Amino acid sequence: MTQASLAQAADPRKPWTDPAAQPFVRIEAVTKKFLDFTAVDAVSLDIYRSELFCLLGGSGSGKSTLLRMLAGFETPTSGRIIIDGQDMTDVPPYERPINMMFQSYALFPHMSVEQNVAYGLKQDGVPKADIARRVAEMLDLVKMGSFARRKPHQLSGGQRQRVALARSLVKRPKLLLLDEPLGALDKKLREETQFELMKIQQALGITFIVVTHDQEEAMTLSSRMGVMNHGHIVQVGEPHDLYEFPGSRFVAEFIGSVNLFEGTLVEDEPDHVRIESPDAGCTLYVNHGISSAPAQQVEVAIRPEKIRLSRQHPGQTDNVSAGVIDEIAYMGNLSIFQIRLNSGKMIRVTRPNLDRYDEMPLQPKEPVFCSWGPASGVVLSA
Amino acid sequence: MMRRRSTSLKVLALTGFAFLYLPIVTMVVLSFNESRLVTVWSGFSPKWYGELLQDDQILGAAAISLKIAFISASLAVVLGTLAGFALSRFNKFRGKVALTGMVSAPLVMPEVITGLALLLLFVAMEGLLGWPKGRGVVTLIISHVTFCMAYVAVVVQSRLADMDGVIEEAALDLGARPWRVFVDITLPMIAPALVSGWLLSFTVSFDDLVISAFVSGPGYSTLPMVIFSKVRLGVSPEVNALATMMIVVVGIGVVLFTWNAARLHRMRQREERAAAAGL
Ligand SMILES: Nc1ncnc2c1ncn2[C@@H]1O[C@H](COP(=O)(O)OP(=O)(O)OP(=O)(O)O)[C@@H](O)[C@H]1O
Ligand SMILES: [Mg+2]
Repeated sequence: MTQASLAQAADPRKPWTDPAAQPFVRIEAVTKKFLDFTAVDAVSLDIYRSELFCLLGGSGSGKSTLLRMLAGFETPTSGRIIIDGQDMTDVPPYERPINMMFQSYALFPHMSVEQNVAYGLKQDGVPKADIARRVAEMLDLVKMGSFARRKPHQLSGGQRQRVALARSLVKRPKLLLLDEPLGALDKKLREETQFELMKIQQALGITFIVVTHDQEEAMTLSSRMGVMNHGHIVQVGEPHDLYEFPGSRFVAEFIGSVNLFEGTLVEDEPDHVRIESPDAGCTLYVNHGISSAPAQQVEVAIRPEKIRLSRQHPGQTDNVSAGVIDEIAYMGNLSIFQIRLNSGKMIRVTRPNLDRYDEMPLQPKEPVFCSWGPASGVVLSA
Repeated sequence: MMRRRSTSLKVLALTGFAFLYLPIVTMVVLSFNESRLVTVWSGFSPKWYGELLQDDQILGAAAISLKIAFISASLAVVLGTLAGFALSRFNKFRGKVALTGMVSAPLVMPEVITGLALLLLFVAMEGLLGWPKGRGVVTLIISHVTFCMAYVAVVVQSRLADMDGVIEEAALDLGARPWRVFVDITLPMIAPALVSGWLLSFTVSFDDLVISAFVSGPGYSTLPMVIFSKVRLGVSPEVNALATMMIVVVGIGVVLFTWNAARLHRMRQREERAAAAGL
């Protein structure tokens, strides 16, 4: 939890926990309007050196626009962008110590792989011999050394993506912006590449800002992530924090799946709250307090994997609700249960498939008890 | 069924092509007629071609036409590229829509009107500025550039519209200044369009009669003008030979243009496939 991590001594790998740390990229109240449409709305964000920061959000939420302002292709309507202590707001893209990997790769179609990667170094007047060496090194790093002479149209999607990555890394930028870097890859290649990307980022120590609309990818890659919606940054935090402690219904639903119960606050103590929820068919007990007036309408979010299923009543008075299994979907590593609670509400529960063979597996139409612990729920006030 | 359909298609196509090319074929054949009487065939002879090469008026006109077509096409490519680039790559500026329409207007303007307007302009300019002196090669070139440039601008603009602007942004991002981006990235990528534009301009300029007739002066007749004035005195085998040679020149231009357009088309498809794979 955020308060908890603040209380700890500042972790050098987590500079954002240290109030004295200087951010490397500082986005100050940046707004971008296209005519009268606001694509990015008063976004403020601090990103620290060597972070791998993921910007997550639905289509049209303003991720690419924010990235394009960092790269210098769009000028903010208002606000400032400061990178490594320098105000970059009005610096043209070719003078920024930043490189970008584009959503569509944007390789130069008339140049070979080698020439594509060398292009940026040539612009800086790097000596020929150095260019050749650095290009070769970089192509080896992305495992494209044997394709140096090919043209982009002779490469597969995954290979193009590697060339684009090499081209954006070869100038050793202070900051690398990646717009949906793995968008074109199939699931398996995508997962492999995610880990490679993380390895490369750690090896080179470059600060990465990665845009994605794939929440799993963001969770895997990032040191911290920011969730965007309608041009706003809704929440920023470590993947674990965002998953376990979403601050709003939007974040809870956007990252992973979640069961939401409406209810009325009946007990509001510093160390716990009780919520009467006809929706859930029981009293919800959450063991961390919230700061709000009593009798307020709230929502409680509970992740599907935190709910236990049992044939017998688990013996607790709160956080238990009876229902009937509606459907079971076998996913290999886990099974997803759709359960109709006696209140009429449908909820989703996941269970890992620990054993290959279950003596008495739960069956559809079977009545079950759903229960969860006091630390499993999150109270959302919005 | 299929077969019958394809034969009837063939017949249709043949009729169409015959309609298009029969007059030209007739003229080419008659240009090898030995007789001076155009309609009486008296045997094969290339002699009219030999005579053409003796005719100073025709040789002079051919030289002028080729020179004007070459210079006009080259200037039109430069100016048309800049216009096409400005219209498709600069951010919205005031009057952009109007300008886009106006660039292609010369393509649909009746030639008589364009010619007359240019003539009036040249006369007025000569009166006010003393330039261009009289009418001749300079006025011909200026006039040809105006309408050729429109062709180039349209070709370039449509090529740039297909081309993803992100590729140019990628070059900017890698540290290239806008001028370098234009030279290194934009120009090579639109090169086939420039070749197309040049060939198109060359043939259009080489062919032009109406506008040229308005803006050229004595002693500066282009080839189409010479043919036209000769035909008024009666069609001769010599004119047929001359026209045949013009067809050869224009034909080469058209073949190159078509070949280049096919190449451009393949390139576009490749880019589309690449873009589809990248998204
Ligand atoms: N040049 C522009 N002119 C007008 N509107 C624009 C422009 N660029 C982006 N927008 C609008 O701004 C909004 C945000 O676009 P943006 O490209 O940042 O979305 P995104 O979060 O990257 O989405 P995706 O996941 O689909 O890539 C969209 O509604 C888009 O239509
Ligand atoms: Mg985007």
